[in-house]
Amino acid sequence: MPLLEVDRLASFYGDFQALFDVTLAVDEGETVAVIGANGAGKSTLLRTVAGLQDRATGTVAFDGRPLDGVPTHRRLGLGIAMVPEGRRIFPSLTVEENLKVGVVRGRPGRWDLASVLELFGALADKRGRPGSLLSGGEQQMLAIGRALMANPRLLLLDEVSLGLAPLVVRRIYETLPEICGAGATVVVVEQDVGQALAGADRVYCLLEGRVALHGRPADLTREQITDAYFGLGGPGGSSLAPRSNP
Amino acid sequence: MTWVNVVTQGILLGGLYALFATGLSLMFGVMRLVNLAHGDLSIVAAFLALAIVDGTGLNPLWTLLVVVPAMAGLGYLLQRGLLNFALRGDDPLPPVLVTFGLSIILQNLLLEVFSADSQGLDAGRVENASVRLSDGLAVGWFPLLTLVTAVAVLTGLQLLLSRTQLGRSFRATSDDPEAASLVGLDHRHVFAMATAIALATVAVAGLFLGVRTTFTPSIGPTRLIFAFEAVIIGGLGSIWGTLAGGLVLGVAQALGAQFSPGWGVLAGHLVFLAVLAFRPTGLLGRKVPA
Repeated sequence: MPLLEVDRLASFYGDFQALFDVTLAVDEGETVAVIGANGAGKSTLLRTVAGLQDRATGTVAFDGRPLDGVPTHRRLGLGIAMVPEGRRIFPSLTVEENLKVGVVRGRPGRWDLASVLELFGALADKRGRPGSLLSGGEQQMLAIGRALMANPRLLLLDEVSLGLAPLVVRRIYETLPEICGAGATVVVVEQDVGQALAGADRVYCLLEGRVALHGRPADLTREQITDAYFGLGGPGGSSLAPRSNP
Repeated sequence: MTWVNVVTQGILLGGLYALFATGLSLMFGVMRLVNLAHGDLSIVAAFLALAIVDGTGLNPLWTLLVVVPAMAGLGYLLQRGLLNFALRGDDPLPPVLVTFGLSIILQNLLLEVFSADSQGLDAGRVENASVRLSDGLAVGWFPLLTLVTAVAVLTGLQLLLSRTQLGRSFRATSDDPEAASLVGLDHRHVFAMATAIALATVAVAGLFLGVRTTFTPSIGPTRLIFAFEAVIIGGLGSIWGTLAGGLVLGVAQALGAQFSPGWGVLAGHLVFLAVLAFRPTGLLGRKVPA
């Protein structure tokens, strides 16, 4: 049974429909990347899984249990944590407080204040500083660390590389194996296709709110990905989806 | 010596205003809600104390042990049952209308139950006793107790905000409610806890007001205005600003009243307007809202 199962999901902002009929499954222990152009619906997908998007139809099931009506703060208790786009650090809290604020509902496990600060050594020296005074890369580390404090089974990472220097992005991605090794299943939303393909077991490409392509990075050609990314392969691009097992 | 006396009495009066402003400041700081029923809730607390005193003959200060938890509980239920629904969406109008309606309902309920008669709480000797500091300068024990209580309440609140998990959850939810939900905080509960603490301080304020002066069911809105002025003068979102704002308002009113008895309240309003005009962030408010 997959850890996360999304079935025929549609999501709306007012009258605007951002996702159409999205179906995907993520197995325990996998790292899955969701790629796609701006506005393809990647962030909406993660937000819906996290429970931030209340206008949605279809089902999201976690560990076999449908999440209908489960509010975001309870999903964290079930084991779903999200690192939101733009990092969303609490500016009036210090680095340490940002990490500690979420521990109330978290599950026990590998991650606590000490191990998170060890994973992101750059934060350890600045634990007393306001979160708003960190650099972009440090804020991203803090956002990931904040999500880890709950010891999630499923970690949703939204646009980790956005606005960061390549070196910093690489350093952050280097921590992913350790996070997965600690038992987390990871879904990454990325605009940086190379970065996404390098670290992922499987990849889904969204195009205008629909799944245009999915498969293992090794099984996909660059052309297939480019076509699905930009929608060059005909109407909707959905004909490109390979019939291989997910 | 007269002026030293006037300023001293103003500072002591300011202690009461700071006590009133605390809850208003906390609720606005955590959830951006201006509670127009704030003053009326303090009068509810005063009448609650009065009912207990009438029933048991206790000194009103002892009734704090009952009134403070009762008002805190009422605050939690009020937030969960009513105000949270008014805060849904980005429209600033519903919370204002709902608390305005609540204000009118509370005044009329008090009128039905307790009539329009002026009431007072008799705290016994402490109410009128004073200590003589020098020639022409005496300080009443009760106003001094009020100021000390205000400082203690504000210090406690500052410690709660800066040191405890509850305080962290207040600040995080105030910063970004959606991100707060991602770290497992339920804003409905966090808001309700803030209102519970706010109404606990309101209970103290209402009770001290009832001992200091007389009260009727309809004086709540006046207390709201003074509390509101204290918050604005001190600066939104600043705990020590709230104390400073209360003291400045108290001193302004005392000085105004020294010139002419009718000018006291007016002088407070003028200082409030001057702050709004020349220093809109307040004396200790943040320059740039975070």
